[in-house]
Amino acid sequence: MIPPSFEYYAPTSVSEAIALLTEHGDDAKILAGGHSLLPMMKLRFAEPEHLIDINKIPELRGIREENGEIVIGAMTVENALIASDLLKQKLPLLPEAAQLIADPQIRNRGTIGGDIAHGDPGNDHPALMLALDAVFTVVRPNGTRSIKASDFFLGMYYTALQDDEIMTEIRIQAQQAGAGSSYHKLKRKTGDYATAAAAVYLEMDAGKCTVARIGLTNLAATSIRAPEAEAALVGSSVDESAIESAAKAVMEACEPAEDLRGNIEYKTHMGGEMARRAIRDAAIQAGGN
Amino acid sequence: MAKTQVSFNLNGKDVDVLVEPRELLIHVLREQLQLTGSHIGCETSHCGACTVDVDGESVKSCTLLAVQVQQSKVITVEGLATGGELHPVQAAFMEEHGLQCGFCTPGMLMRSYRFLQENPDPTEDEIRHGMSGNLCRCTGYQNIIKSVQKAATDIKNIDTIGA
Repeated sequence: MIPPSFEYYAPTSVSEAIALLTEHGDDAKILAGGHSLLPMMKLRFAEPEHLIDINKIPELRGIREENGEIVIGAMTVENALIASDLLKQKLPLLPEAAQLIADPQIRNRGTIGGDIAHGDPGNDHPALMLALDAVFTVVRPNGTRSIKASDFFLGMYYTALQDDEIMTEIRIQAQQAGAGSSYHKLKRKTGDYATAAAAVYLEMDAGKCTVARIGLTNLAATSIRAPEAEAALVGSSVDESAIESAAKAVMEACEPAEDLRGNIEYKTHMGGEMARRAIRDAAIQAGGN
Repeated sequence: MAKTQVSFNLNGKDVDVLVEPRELLIHVLREQLQLTGSHIGCETSHCGACTVDVDGESVKSCTLLAVQVQQSKVITVEGLATGGELHPVQAAFMEEHGLQCGFCTPGMLMRSYRFLQENPDPTEDEIRHGMSGNLCRCTGYQNIIKSVQKAATDIKNIDTIGA
């Protein structure tokens, strides 16, 4: 399988890439790691006339800390997330979860920004970004804007990113003492999308949960938060009865599509179970139970 | 469609090819450069039969455009043996019967080659995770894992003798 013909560009700066996007508009696509886009192009689900490869833009890679925030370049690959000592210390959810994404070869190419911007509800980073309350920096022809993860995922393969914009950075508050996070993903085999997965972030203070955020993967048309489930945890000691209420609320929030990974009932049930497990682990890390 | 010149280092030699931007690296390696060791299995980046080494990392060459390896260093299975001597990874796969039909073997070898540089002393569990991007449809995984274990030991011994 060979993709349809296109003009190829390999800009070496963001401004050069933006100029190309401005010129070619909706006939152009950005090529990040390529492990979603190239397969779609082989199948003619995507047929861009202009392909703008942003792999040669060094400023889009790397992980740094800036005023208590962790800033991750959008083109940082999954294996770089896994290897990052800064993330292990300050944002352990990301290296933990990245190990559950695809396989070693694909993790050398697949990028965090590409995974987010593709808008696929089966991708893992969107739910992680929702749980971590991430903010995306987006560069456009006349400047820069920030988009909160909670405002970003609008539908299947449909995000708040405009045709002439490039996501450049992901910004997340470093995890403090008293916080905990976990990602539980059920998958049939290495490289498969989640049958169901849940990302959980909790903050605990004096034995009570003060902040809870839950993001769900592949359980609706986009990655979603589960606000009712979060409300069931806040104010509780994250004991088994609160966890059970939260898991039930997660199941009510699920609207999965039936496919070879399971029917709606099974996926919904597994969504609840993944949430239960992730809440328990996050609470232990936060110093609760 | 206009062709682009791509220059890269392939198994230690500089090569220049003229490619259409839409050509995948695996096709250029096999059809233009006549290196048919790397195999096309699934063409969807699942099976790993097309695994090659690009700039010190394992990648699936069915999901990389040839134009993307401009100025890169690429190693394929043909580049493993040196001076007629099998690479320790190849020798270990032969001795431990790490192949049945052999279709997945070039990808298995290339992934083992890189994996053992990333982790020279892996546990069995680490081997299973490190090799998880390569499928063997004969399901001969036990001997593949034994082969990687043997290669790890052999490489360590060579390094010790060398030092």
